[in-house]
Amino acid sequence: MFGRNSKRFARLWMVLIFGFLYLPIVSLVVFSFTDSSVPNVWGGFSLRWYKALTTDTDLKESLWLSLKIATCTATAAVILGSLAAASLHRYPRFFGRTLFSGMVNAPLVMPEVIVGLSLLLMLVSMQRLLGVPDRGMITIWLGHLLVGMAYATVVIQARLRDLNPQLEEAAQDLGARPWQVFFLVTIPMIAQALLSAWLLTFTLSLDDVVLSAFLSGPGATTMPLVIFSRARLGLNPSVNAIATVVVVIVAIGVTVASYMIAQQERRRSKDVAAVQRAH
Amino acid sequence: MGELAFVRTGCFDALKGSGMPINFLAWKPGPRAAVIGLPFFWLSVFFLLPFLLILRISLAQMDGALVTPLTTLSDGVLTIRIHLASFVQLVSDDLYFATYLVSVKYALITATICLAIGYPFAYFMSRSDRQWQPALLMGVMLPFWTSFLIRVYAWKSLLEPNGWVGAPIHASGLDEVLAFLGMIPSPDQLMYSPFSLVLGMVYTYLPFMVLPLYATLSKMDLRLIEAAQDLGATPWQAFWRITVPLSKSGIVAGFMLVFIPCVGEYVIPELLGGPETLMIGRVLWDEFFSNNDWPMASTVAVVMILVIIVPIAIFGRNQERAQEAS
Repeated sequence: MFGRNSKRFARLWMVLIFGFLYLPIVSLVVFSFTDSSVPNVWGGFSLRWYKALTTDTDLKESLWLSLKIATCTATAAVILGSLAAASLHRYPRFFGRTLFSGMVNAPLVMPEVIVGLSLLLMLVSMQRLLGVPDRGMITIWLGHLLVGMAYATVVIQARLRDLNPQLEEAAQDLGARPWQVFFLVTIPMIAQALLSAWLLTFTLSLDDVVLSAFLSGPGATTMPLVIFSRARLGLNPSVNAIATVVVVIVAIGVTVASYMIAQQERRRSKDVAAVQRAH
Repeated sequence: MGELAFVRTGCFDALKGSGMPINFLAWKPGPRAAVIGLPFFWLSVFFLLPFLLILRISLAQMDGALVTPLTTLSDGVLTIRIHLASFVQLVSDDLYFATYLVSVKYALITATICLAIGYPFAYFMSRSDRQWQPALLMGVMLPFWTSFLIRVYAWKSLLEPNGWVGAPIHASGLDEVLAFLGMIPSPDQLMYSPFSLVLGMVYTYLPFMVLPLYATLSKMDLRLIEAAQDLGATPWQAFWRITVPLSKSGIVAGFMLVFIPCVGEYVIPELLGGPETLMIGRVLWDEFFSNNDWPMASTVAVVMILVIIVPIAIFGRNQERAQEAS
């Protein structure tokens, strides 16, 4: 609708913004291979920072803990998020619905320092009353789950809204039991939303600093906490190396997931087309 | 109640025909109760209850390692003791007030810059070739998937005088302009300044602005613009009077998604901010971790919630309306 000049402007604008978004990632990767001990000076190619990673026990232990917490968080967040999304999607009115939807959405925007502080103070009181839970992996997991569940709910709810309710009704009319409808019709149709919600909450948990700092206990240090304490002190090439490893893992994960989703989508649209031809 | 839930879910319609006694299921807690009840209970315990608790602690005082109880019962006398010391201190000490103001100021600046550079970006994205849009969207999402902490850390080295961004800024003389505007303390220092703080926050939160904007812009009915142009509107007029008003829900959602978390941001001010950019998230952190003053930290949090409660309400209503419209 605009002229040729504005098309050129549009392209330039998009290139600039994408450059802005990707420049830090590119620089991290490039300088993880430097031979100098300052991560913004190119001192020739070397793998010394990767070699240093293999003996960095602090980082390795914290990475292992982070992966465990992220896996548990993502799995529980998808389950709770599905239930919350189903409640909001299916039941237009129930007692306390406004409060419920508010509580589901609030962790998305609520500053993490507030969520971390309030949850910690409650868990401390709970610990005094009941003796559980001790501060550590479980308490970090609870905090991550709270925020992860909100993200999972949003992703799954968006998918449920796009679903055709007639498919579930048709399955019921054809004699499927409710659990059969759920497992054979609903779940396969929202599978890709469940997968992306899982991946999203996994990466959120793997990345979190503030909640982990409030909720961690002695001996439970997650990887972002280690990175954060090093980054606070100054520039450290070991951070670049671990960053590159994370970037590579995420890139592979996202590529595989989007390939799987695309495949599934193609198969489903083929099935739908076949059914429509048969009619 | 059970019967009603039964009819509404329609889940058990199939059972009716299967000869199962319906009454047998009706008095059991239905699927509805379980589906709503579990997340509802979970959020009440781990989200709502903690908020009530910090409100209560903000009205207490430290007593050794514990906080004073709000109510005590002795000799048949119930005493309610509310300590307002933390609130009094917060109001009387100018430092707190100034810090809230600084936090809101930088959050507003960040959200405005994000809108200014994100709106054209989302607009161009939504009007580009259909086949390219999923890839472009993926391009915006992908940095979001890689660690935010690590990406913020990367700016530290980029802004060094010999860094990839620092060097061109110094070479072009832009540093003099920034120093003149008061965004950096002196031309030779880009880091630990309002400039590096806002840059880091814009960088981190830009996708939160672009995604809701893109969602509303790509759903827009383009025939409305054609109609406006047929009726004699210039492209510019059509943009300001049709496109912008129709994308209002995206603008509100994006602005709030950037503004609200920025007010309480901790990691970015800690890594990229300087002495003049003391934000309220850092004050809360120090009250808790350095001073060990739980009532004060709770008071800072309660007042922070009061500051952001109106934006949160606007955001919530905007989301509800957008859902109803779709």
